[in-house]
Amino acid sequence: MELIKPGTNIDFVGYRHAAVLISTALNIAALVLLIARGGPNYGVDFSGGTVMDIRVTPAPPIGDVRAALASVKLGDVTIQEFGGTGEFLIRLPLAETESAAAAEAATSKEVSEALDAKFGKGKIDVLRVESVGPRVGSDLRRKAILAVVFSTVMMGIYIWFRFELRFGIGAAIALIHDVLITVGALMLFNFEFDLTIVAALLTIVGFSVNDTVIVSDRIRENMRKSRRESFASIINSSINETLSRTILTTGTAILVILALFFLGGNVIHGFAFALLVGFTTGTYSSIFIASPVVLVMEPVRARVARRK
Amino acid sequence: MGLVGGLIVLAVVFLVPTYYGAKPEGWPGFLPGPIRLGLDLQGGTHLVYTVDVDKAIANHLERAAEDLKNEARNDQIGLNGVTAENGVITATLADPAKRDALEKLISDRFPNLSLTNDGSGDTVRAKMTPASIREIRDGALDQSLEIIRNRVDQFGVAEPIVQRQGTQDVLVQLPGIQDPERAKALIGKTALLEFKLVAKDPSEPGAITMAGREVDQVTGRVTRTEYKVEPRTLMTGDIISNALPRPGTQTDPRPYVEVEFNTRGAKIFEEITGANVGRRLAIILDGVVQSAPVIQERIGGGRARITGSFDFKDARDLALVLRTGALPAPVHVAEERTVGPSLGKDSIRQGILSFAVGGGLVVVFMLVYYKVAGVLADLALILNVVFLLAALAAFGATLSLPGIAGVVLTLGMAVDANVLINERMREEIRLGKTARAVIDAGYERALPAILDSNITTFLSGIILFQFGSGPVKGFAVTLCIGIVSSVFTAVVGTRVVYDFMLSKRRLQTVSV
Repeated sequence: MELIKPGTNIDFVGYRHAAVLISTALNIAALVLLIARGGPNYGVDFSGGTVMDIRVTPAPPIGDVRAALASVKLGDVTIQEFGGTGEFLIRLPLAETESAAAAEAATSKEVSEALDAKFGKGKIDVLRVESVGPRVGSDLRRKAILAVVFSTVMMGIYIWFRFELRFGIGAAIALIHDVLITVGALMLFNFEFDLTIVAALLTIVGFSVNDTVIVSDRIRENMRKSRRESFASIINSSINETLSRTILTTGTAILVILALFFLGGNVIHGFAFALLVGFTTGTYSSIFIASPVVLVMEPVRARVARRK
Repeated sequence: MGLVGGLIVLAVVFLVPTYYGAKPEGWPGFLPGPIRLGLDLQGGTHLVYTVDVDKAIANHLERAAEDLKNEARNDQIGLNGVTAENGVITATLADPAKRDALEKLISDRFPNLSLTNDGSGDTVRAKMTPASIREIRDGALDQSLEIIRNRVDQFGVAEPIVQRQGTQDVLVQLPGIQDPERAKALIGKTALLEFKLVAKDPSEPGAITMAGREVDQVTGRVTRTEYKVEPRTLMTGDIISNALPRPGTQTDPRPYVEVEFNTRGAKIFEEITGANVGRRLAIILDGVVQSAPVIQERIGGGRARITGSFDFKDARDLALVLRTGALPAPVHVAEERTVGPSLGKDSIRQGILSFAVGGGLVVVFMLVYYKVAGVLADLALILNVVFLLAALAAFGATLSLPGIAGVVLTLGMAVDANVLINERMREEIRLGKTARAVIDAGYERALPAILDSNITTFLSGIILFQFGSGPVKGFAVTLCIGIVSSVFTAVVGTRVVYDFMLSKRRLQTVSV
């Protein structure tokens, strides 16, 4: 079976202006969203505070849970329901002071006591409690941003080292593009940013650069082979020759991510969503962003080469 | 061929304990046990305690101030007062002429203190040297770690983890724990036991007020009381050699904790009780008076009982923390992640389901798309999963839910290497080459791209490992192992089969 017939020659390079326009617009939209909302929607890992995941059997209306917790003074509590299964996510704000971390731990106890009182003991199953203090939260936030930035730079340097500087720059720009769009999509669909999202972002960085490597590798090979062809057409034929592989690999990866997204459960829902968006844009950006950057920089390179 | 075969046998052997859930009887000890499941899969509590090292330093400074007072008294240097505030000890001299003598005393006998030289007239100031502060910090953390480890061990959880994290944190992992609240209270209790005399007269100068709580035996009502005690601490919990919970006696049904003192403690206790017959001795735990019995007589034998308002379970926990000693500084819970057993089971089920469905889709797809070469890629994929799981067992790595996601993701990404090879072979076939040439060129030409693309993903996996904690680390581990094993199975494993077909079957055409 063949999806892409040999000899296919789609003029990807010709679409580069439109692609750059669309991508820039999407990136600006993501940035605007990020700034307008004052940063991403941090989960407890990064913002600090407590989340409790509970299951009540038989499933009560959410109002009952809210009423049960109204008696406990916990500040700004949010309660969220997972599709009528009796599963609720209760979020408690961060305790006011650092030394109140112990007091904060007590609040999750208060919540389960209040729920026990309302629904009866044994009806409540506490599935998960996560409680993060303010110092840990800000620490993780700083490390997460560092990890994403550092890995992006590392990838750029690796490509530079293996190929040429302009390939490295192209790869780095494509990665920033992918991360921004993924972050924007997560915000648009109101996913919380937790540690697994950072894991997803780093995986996206690693995967997206994969495609760039494959295309760059082919460009280098074709440059050696045919010196007479224009650089733009070398890039274009390289993309076309690797297109079948690009689509297959992204396709199988997307297949398993879809399985994770639909079957993997609540805990990794956001993670799978981020991968879905990131892998898709990663493939797109390798073709439409990374390679054009290399092309744009061709005159620069030629001038430098002439001067030498 | 031999290499691949040997590795397969080894991997299968490594996975036997995982299949049975434990090492079968007679299984050699040096072989790895089953794959360890993360707390998010088997349920349990992950706690990070922050040791309040600043408080430890403040405690040391207060003790130094106390010592200074005594030393000055011995040397007949009259002091109007010594305070320890904000890291600085300020001594006020009764006679400014004794200034030099006091300064000499501090620099001679207090190596931990350095004079700040900004005192004037009748005041002398000193603060802790940076070296001693560092020592106290490290000491407080190490000691807390040791005490927390002892408490966790005595608490009785299978395979707990207690380790230092960073410069001021202690990480505690308790797998499969039923009552995390109790564990938390037990581990985090400072458990500083002090004995002080209750002031004879509440208006006695210098007497300090301490809170106490009493529970009425009949009504169970808790009343908060106040005690006026003398500021001097006669003895602390560090002289305890053992502590045991006891049910109440006939005359007093309240459960109590019996403490045994070490030899030195027994002597001190005998002296104190002997010298203060008829007075009340306050037994204070973490700043709260538990009870203040009247000393009836001199007590020898090195035993005492702590009664208070608690039930037998409380008595058991109190005895445990007294046995393991007081923490040198208070600790706070900085991070808590508890997963109930039912969520863990759900997660495992969902993980396996997405693994089966995702993997199945990829296998079918490769089969349809590449025919015989697809079968080979699928075999490589299955082998890859076997190797990946065996490596997890062999390294004693922990499989978390994101770790399972990593395995599933590896399924989708691992075929990339075979896709690259197969696409190359198709190109070579179009050039009209023989089977052997097609295979040789396919593998050889695809290799640089396979290596480069996998190295980049591996690099981001390593960065993630550095950054991540707990479950996320598990994802990084499976991702990295998966990359290594997928390159091996896809490049070496499938090649072995082709070589076999070329030599034995005289393969004419490559089905790809």
